[in-house]
Amino acid sequence: MLEIKNLNVFYGGIHALKDISLKVNSGEIVTLIGSNGSGKTTTLRTISGLEKAKSGEILYENQNIVGIQASDIVKMGISHVPEGRRIFGTMSVLENLEIGAYARTDKENIKKDIKKVFELFPILYERRSQNAINLSGGEQQMLAIGRALLSRPKLLLLDEPSMGLAPMIVKEIFEIIKNINNSGTTIMLVEQNAKMALLNADRAYIIKNGRIELEGKANDLLNNELVKKAYLGG
Amino acid sequence: MKILTKKNIYTLVLVLLIYFLVLLLSNVGIIDSYIQLNMVIVGINIILAVSLNLITGFTGQFSLGHAAFMAIGAYASGIMTAKLGQPFIVGVAVAALSASLAGLLIGIPTLRLRGDYLAIATLGFGEIIKIIGLNNDYVGGAIGLNDIPRYTNWTWLYFSVIATIFIISNFVKSYHGRACISIREDEIAAEAMGVNTTYYKILAFVIGAFFAGIAGALYANYFYFIKPDTFGFMKSIDILVIVVFGGMGSITGSIVGAVILSVISSFLQGFPELRMVIYAVILFLIMVYRPQGVMGDKEFKLFNKEGGLSGNVSSK
Repeated sequence: MLEIKNLNVFYGGIHALKDISLKVNSGEIVTLIGSNGSGKTTTLRTISGLEKAKSGEILYENQNIVGIQASDIVKMGISHVPEGRRIFGTMSVLENLEIGAYARTDKENIKKDIKKVFELFPILYERRSQNAINLSGGEQQMLAIGRALLSRPKLLLLDEPSMGLAPMIVKEIFEIIKNINNSGTTIMLVEQNAKMALLNADRAYIIKNGRIELEGKANDLLNNELVKKAYLGG
Repeated sequence: MKILTKKNIYTLVLVLLIYFLVLLLSNVGIIDSYIQLNMVIVGINIILAVSLNLITGFTGQFSLGHAAFMAIGAYASGIMTAKLGQPFIVGVAVAALSASLAGLLIGIPTLRLRGDYLAIATLGFGEIIKIIGLNNDYVGGAIGLNDIPRYTNWTWLYFSVIATIFIISNFVKSYHGRACISIREDEIAAEAMGVNTTYYKILAFVIGAFFAGIAGALYANYFYFIKPDTFGFMKSIDILVIVVFGGMGSITGSIVGAVILSVISSFLQGFPELRMVIYAVILFLIMVYRPQGVMGDKEFKLFNKEGGLSGNVSSK
């Protein structure tokens, strides 16, 4: 579904992504793990068109999407839940969801999809007319995911959904991610919480200083000594 | 969406009622020329504040060049009516179109900038327009443009104000307005949701400049005379103060702000030596005790959906 080939991204003089290559197959949950500043977020931002690549290819359904505007990439079926949730604070929960459906042309189905999101996150229905800024961290994360789902993505990019959340809530969020995946959406997940990510993903890539260090099945990496030592605290 | 709801009919009736009432009062002489002058100032300030609110309050683009759009409108209408002898409607149309064209031209290069950088770029744009006016002999240079016919009357003023409020408040509530607000709230998230942020920022500038141009035309064709200094940096600040005072992101706030500040300012003309001091103290107190502005981002509604009097303040 998605294949990145030799991708290079620079921030001014800083070489953020160095010859990254990775692949996401249809129906999978693929996770990209790494520490602060390793290039995880940059990878996602480049896929969704928020960052410009210097060289390399991002093939999405066999079409190179490097250089296509972010607003058009959403229309092609890639939706990005940005790091730190970034909900629209002074808008109500419902209005946030409606903006999520902004790029769609099939207006008549949006109401149905909003209902589906409310079924997935009942708490959002209770809070539908409240301003999003008043939601708790976990609820804001649910809203950010719900908002991204409203563009009907085939591929959902999640940037650190566990950030700043209590362990109980993290568990809940990951269960929801599994559910979304089971209903047919391919997921690419970026995480610092390596354990939760590896427990829930099919395959994983480990990124360090802008390079892919390791790749493999999530289960194998969970038992890999190097990974254990560097990312799992044991 | 029904257009002929009770609420809309009542609003229309109220709008026409105020129009004829003021017309009548001016004809019998209760509204004298001094009150009329103040009404023109208030009206022009409402148009300027509501249109700047679209750019700064709703779309979140900090602009210090709004007076320049007004200047372009004022000169365009001045040239059309005084130099070329065209009727006022041509003056207003050319004013609005040339100002919005300027909004487009300034918008394309500068709207990649954010926050303070955009403010400085728009400030520079305002100075450029002023200096062009100062050095162009066709429009009188520093002496200014004279003998502009007085076409601005109550009818022109009133319906320009109503049109500005009507169009901008409907725009803000629309699908496109929602996109503009999402840019103010979080530009990156808006982009990730598929909102074409550059397009909407430029659109907000073009619409805002359009109405500022109309305000300029009304100004030029009321005061007979315009000069570049009138539309300097301080004028842009004045408009921004009205928007912040009334509440960023509230149309009714801009209207209330324009009325209160214009009235205070004309009342203080009796104490010229203390005028700016008192004005500054009032602004200071408002910002300390109500930093979100008089209305915050709330709107005042006169009628509820069923058409009953509500007088409610609401956020939607």
